[in-house]
Amino acid sequence: MIDVKNIYKTFFVPHEVKALVDVSNKIEAGEVVVVIGPSGSGKSTFLRCLNRLETAEHGQILVDGVDIFDPKTDINKVRAEMGMVFQSFNLFPHLSILGNVTITQKLVRKRSKRDREKKAMAILEKVGIADKAHAHPSNLSGGQQQRVAIARALAMDPKIMLFDEPTSALDPEMIGEVLDVMKTLAREGMTMVCVTHEMGFAKEVADRVIFMDEGKIVEEGTPVHFFENPDHDRTKLFLKQIL
Amino acid sequence: MNSKISNIQRLSNPTAHSLSVAGFFAVMILLIGSVYYATITVDYIWRWYKVPTYFMYKETVIIYADSNGEVKEIKPNGDKFDVIITDDQGDITYTVPKDSFDLDEGDFTSPGDLIAEYEGGWKPGMMTVGLWITLKISFISTILGIFIGILGGVARVSSTPVLKWTAITYVEIIRGSPLLVQIMIAYFVLGTTINKILMMNGLPSLDPEWYGIAALSVFTGAYVVEIVRAGIGAIHSGQVEAARSGGMTYFQCMYYIILPQALKTILPPLAGQFINLIKDSSLLGMISIRELTKATREGITTSLQAFELWIMCAILYLLMTFTLSMCIQYLERRTATK
Repeated sequence: MIDVKNIYKTFFVPHEVKALVDVSNKIEAGEVVVVIGPSGSGKSTFLRCLNRLETAEHGQILVDGVDIFDPKTDINKVRAEMGMVFQSFNLFPHLSILGNVTITQKLVRKRSKRDREKKAMAILEKVGIADKAHAHPSNLSGGQQQRVAIARALAMDPKIMLFDEPTSALDPEMIGEVLDVMKTLAREGMTMVCVTHEMGFAKEVADRVIFMDEGKIVEEGTPVHFFENPDHDRTKLFLKQIL
Repeated sequence: MNSKISNIQRLSNPTAHSLSVAGFFAVMILLIGSVYYATITVDYIWRWYKVPTYFMYKETVIIYADSNGEVKEIKPNGDKFDVIITDDQGDITYTVPKDSFDLDEGDFTSPGDLIAEYEGGWKPGMMTVGLWITLKISFISTILGIFIGILGGVARVSSTPVLKWTAITYVEIIRGSPLLVQIMIAYFVLGTTINKILMMNGLPSLDPEWYGIAALSVFTGAYVVEIVRAGIGAIHSGQVEAARSGGMTYFQCMYYIILPQALKTILPPLAGQFINLIKDSSLLGMISIRELTKATREGITTSLQAFELWIMCAILYLLMTFTLSMCIQYLERRTATK
């Protein structure tokens, strides 16, 4: 589904950092991939390259066979099929919850008002906040806001969901409700790429764990392999530090 | 938010608070008192009674004959009279009120003879007309200025060189040169050329007013570009990412997501800009537009009461700017509750 071929990315501001160095990976349809790594390891940059929020200097990313770094590609079309959830929610504060979940459907999918509201309500029901449909984002807790953000992405019927540390900005007691929604999605067979520090989530739902450090993929494998019997010393050190 | 600020500012002691309020009024009374003292000290005879005629006056209609003729007939027409005068060109009918003429049938008239003199209806004075023109010009320029400013602001933050660099050049040139020069160039250089082209194509030429409006809106637009840019810059970049990652185009993202949020932060500086615009319109007298300031200056040449008319002029500008400022504060409160 997504084929990442030898991508490189360097940031020059505020100082030179090699965020991605020769990263290649293949993500299959229906797969749940969890990306783990210390901060500054390039895992977020990797995720953001998948829908071209960042562009790589070298290398290629094919999404369903389409080269997304090709200037001739209509990136908006590719992005419409990829939902993204951010660490800081990024809900649109000037719109109601319903407005947040319907606006991309309206502008990108061109759905009728009835269709998009029906869709929105069904998804809000699924993530458990249908009763807040007419509230504004500022009146919701962090966990509720993140669930709305997931609903907003799901309303587009994406083929793949990208999660960029979705629980890192949440109070501890709210992490569970967001992870529950993500677990449900995983069980339903959604293709997911998830950057997270939630090891429990990785163990429970990941089909594959990728461990990154200093812009490279150090280790990848099943959760069992990764948590119980990793090959590399760097991985062992990381696991020792966090567990 | 508001209550927090006022809690810090409010003096905890109620006596201190009321003393402070009294202090404000004391300062105001002192200020007004010294201005009043200055007005009676200065060697000038105040004639405020002359002022109202510059706002509203009763027209005196005087009709003179313009040819050698003869009064053929005088007949009642409602509560007025029709005076019909025949000359070698034919009949001329003047409809005038009773007692406003001293003619009989058969009288001869020669050019310059008084036919009738009477009081007409109320007419707006030159200050009123000037006020109206200032209001009209400011209103149209504000709308155009917002339009130019938003387009320019979006161009200013885009990464396309043709848009971004054009916007920067526009802002720097317009902000950096005097408005007076811009108005003169708009009218005497561009205006002459455009009117010439219009005339060659058999079209009527444009009034100076339109060149004045163009100059003012281009000038204001440059400042609004920077205000809009700052407003857009204040929006968290995550908003753009969230919108774009859903597949929205750059302009959809701007129009539906960024600008509605930016509007809230740009309202206060925008108010200041449009207050300036109203006052800047006083420069349009340069190109013979009789807006409020020009009307005041003309009024003074006939009344010779400079201070009264200038003070009235200032009060009228204050009224306009204060109303605008109130309107924008109302808008701010409305957007803040959302």
